[in-house]
Amino acid sequence: MSPSAITTPAAPAKEPPQWKRWLNLDSRYVPPLFITLILLVGHLSFGILESYQRTMLAIATSIVAELVLGRVFYKKWPNLASAYISGISVGILLRSPAFWPYALCALITITSKYVLRVKGRHLWNPSNFGICVMLFLAADTVASLSIQWGNNLAAMLVIWALGSFIIARHRRFHITAVYVLSFAAFAFLRATILHDPWQAEISPITGPEYQLFIFFMITDPRTTVQSKVGQSLVAFCIAFVEFFLRLDQSIYAPLYALFMVGPAALLIEMWLNSRKAASMAAVTAS
Amino acid sequence: MKRARIVLIVLFIGLIVTPIIIRRISARHKQSAATQGMSAAMQRHGFYLEEVSHQAGIDFVHQGPTLDSQLAHIMPEVASMGASVSIVDFDRDGWPDIYVTDSKEGSRNRLYRNQHDGTFKDVAEAMGVADVNQQGTGVSMGTVWGDYDNDGYEDFFLIKWGRPELFHNDHGKGFTRVSDQAGLPAWINANTAVWFDYDGDGRLDLFVGGYYPENVDLWHLKNTKMMPESFEYAKNGGRKYLFHNLGGGRFEEVSAKVGISSRRWALAAGAADLRGTGHPDLFVANDYGVAELFLNDGKRFHDAGAQTGVGFAPKSGMNVAFGDILNQGRYSVYVSNISEEGVLIQGNNLWVPKEGTGGSDIKFENLARDMGVELGGWSFGAQFGDLNNDGTLDLFLTNGYVSLDKQRNYWYDFSKVAGGNSSIIGDAKDWPAMTGRSLSGYQQKHVWMNDGAGKFVDVAQAVGVTDTHDGRAVAFADLWNRGVLDVVVANQRGPLLVYKNNVNPENQWIEFALQGTKSNRSAIGAEVSLYWNGQEQKQEISGGSGFAAQNDRRLHFGLGKNPQIEKAVIRWPSGKVQTINSPAAGKLYTIEEPE
Repeated sequence: MSPSAITTPAAPAKEPPQWKRWLNLDSRYVPPLFITLILLVGHLSFGILESYQRTMLAIATSIVAELVLGRVFYKKWPNLASAYISGISVGILLRSPAFWPYALCALITITSKYVLRVKGRHLWNPSNFGICVMLFLAADTVASLSIQWGNNLAAMLVIWALGSFIIARHRRFHITAVYVLSFAAFAFLRATILHDPWQAEISPITGPEYQLFIFFMITDPRTTVQSKVGQSLVAFCIAFVEFFLRLDQSIYAPLYALFMVGPAALLIEMWLNSRKAASMAAVTAS
Repeated sequence: MKRARIVLIVLFIGLIVTPIIIRRISARHKQSAATQGMSAAMQRHGFYLEEVSHQAGIDFVHQGPTLDSQLAHIMPEVASMGASVSIVDFDRDGWPDIYVTDSKEGSRNRLYRNQHDGTFKDVAEAMGVADVNQQGTGVSMGTVWGDYDNDGYEDFFLIKWGRPELFHNDHGKGFTRVSDQAGLPAWINANTAVWFDYDGDGRLDLFVGGYYPENVDLWHLKNTKMMPESFEYAKNGGRKYLFHNLGGGRFEEVSAKVGISSRRWALAAGAADLRGTGHPDLFVANDYGVAELFLNDGKRFHDAGAQTGVGFAPKSGMNVAFGDILNQGRYSVYVSNISEEGVLIQGNNLWVPKEGTGGSDIKFENLARDMGVELGGWSFGAQFGDLNNDGTLDLFLTNGYVSLDKQRNYWYDFSKVAGGNSSIIGDAKDWPAMTGRSLSGYQQKHVWMNDGAGKFVDVAQAVGVTDTHDGRAVAFADLWNRGVLDVVVANQRGPLLVYKNNVNPENQWIEFALQGTKSNRSAIGAEVSLYWNGQEQKQEISGGSGFAAQNDRRLHFGLGKNPQIEKAVIRWPSGKVQTINSPAAGKLYTIEEPE
């Protein structure tokens, strides 16, 4: 997820009382807090991190890169919530005994936001892009989190409940719901085609990788389309592409599916918007 | 701004290509290490390993078990262990012999007696230790030798998925099954055991680490929920046993009493005095979880895995080998795990004691990456030993899990289930069928040569280790009394390989064969610290190390060229310290513990 990195000054409004401000935490900070909570709970209960140092390296690299690039290109200090989430996602999702992949992945992640842009929008979910690049090009050194989170039902239920609550508050629960339902339907279809146990096909979504994927990556406001119907359609398409990748035995199918579908969806939306704007301009002109 | 943007794009492209460049550099390094031929290897690395099993009269091919038909769809994966090798001079003729296990129901284990002429002869049948895999009794997984009754002849414990067995050595003329008198349990599904005298009473005790729970009969499953509940956090494996030797061939199971209580999935264990306390500590490498280190105060064990650093990150531990790799008089511990490109990079662990720590506050740090011994594929057995007699310990690692169809692999399905909820991973029926696919098969082995400056360089291909069998156990011994360490490798569903070592004769050596008197006769736990040319190397006699393996009890030290040996200090398990001043190189010292 990447909340707006560069904040625009808001119109002055009457400030709520102090106690209310404490309770109504700025929504930009809810995802970072949630992901930090997942990290801490996961690590303290299961020791999920490769090491604190590697995760801290990823976070620090992300933040420094965001500060430098934001300052250079937008002449202001950026809000760091996005960089923090990117860094922590890299720190959790990437697995490598070496240090350099964490720094490199974090750098690619943040830099991609500033380079891969069309009409002022970055196309890829940053951490999805960074991690996919590492998995493509440094497969001998890195893997992604897939098994390092226990196999515990209670932990999964807590994260699913908290995650659902938070994304519902952000009015994005439908994205997760459509994806999960689509994944389940395709899982049963795959089980039928492959004659594999359905439990084996459902199994991945009960693992930790998907908890980050469905709550943080596919719901990212900056790299998803605007309309609710469009968002649901994109979620379905991700599951659909993943279905084929899984038939091809791609281990990182969900990450690669988002890598392909996400930017395509944004480009289509931009094209539709420009067509709409053009036709509206034509109507106005006539 | 435009210039900044161009700079950013160039930087971005640079970042993207960085992993490719790193990979190319690493591949070039590997290529340059892969020289060919014996003379080139001798010149460059100082040794060459020549596979001579057939010439030595050994044509053994391991066979795997066939478990309950409910596991048929994943049989190659669950029936993937059992090949083991241990070295012992069972007849005390001064020449190491070899015992290997087979694991097919009804198959026969082999005891290869050294014929002193470069060949071996299987005498298992004649000695009564061949027919130990009878239907209904389970199958062999490994063997550890130790003279439990101090009569001067090495007895052995047969590790099984099934009925564990203790065999008494009848003065090298045969063996008698004494399992019932010893009071062993009816059934254990174990892959590791270690002889060591944990309480210093002069009698060898026995640790046995369970893998599958002991109430599971893998040939008659009550249900299919016998798999680990988690890939990295499983605690539903077999129990651990510590059999305290009471004397008279009787043992008492005391694990709970002395603080060893675990149901992790143990695959390898080793005992060594890691802290210089005089008491052997116990290190257990677990599959599907963290390693465990039980510190021994002479009476009880204290679980110190997390506190010492070795029990923090859960991996798939499959090996425990100790070695004084830095010639500092301290042991490091090598634990093998799984690394599969693009799927799972656990990395093997080389636990090196941290500077300035010791005693009960000892801490270890994993220097496997820094020292170059981290990535070894689906790693199994490994041993430390000075293969080129240059004065530093090298590392031999075998690997490879299931080699079937080269074109199709099972990793996708494996990772799919391994990451799932415990109710899914824990039930064998939920695992997709393997259908002849490989899982980390056909892997190249690793022979890491210690450069003496903190780095190991893989020279396996260059020094003749080119096989790609599914390696399990590795054992070292000077098989033909030539002053070099030869290597024996047991492969799952594959041949037993005997690598005869050809070493640059300029490099010197010294060996020690110890026999306890007040201490256990096998002298397991005795340490020799050798001081030469301003350096020190410590080695300990082991009652089982690596994976399903045991090296020869003789300790072998490489010395390099023109060694000036100052002294050898022997610390016996009884606590007695004996010093041999200025021992000569190129000689085997046979030493009995002074009364």
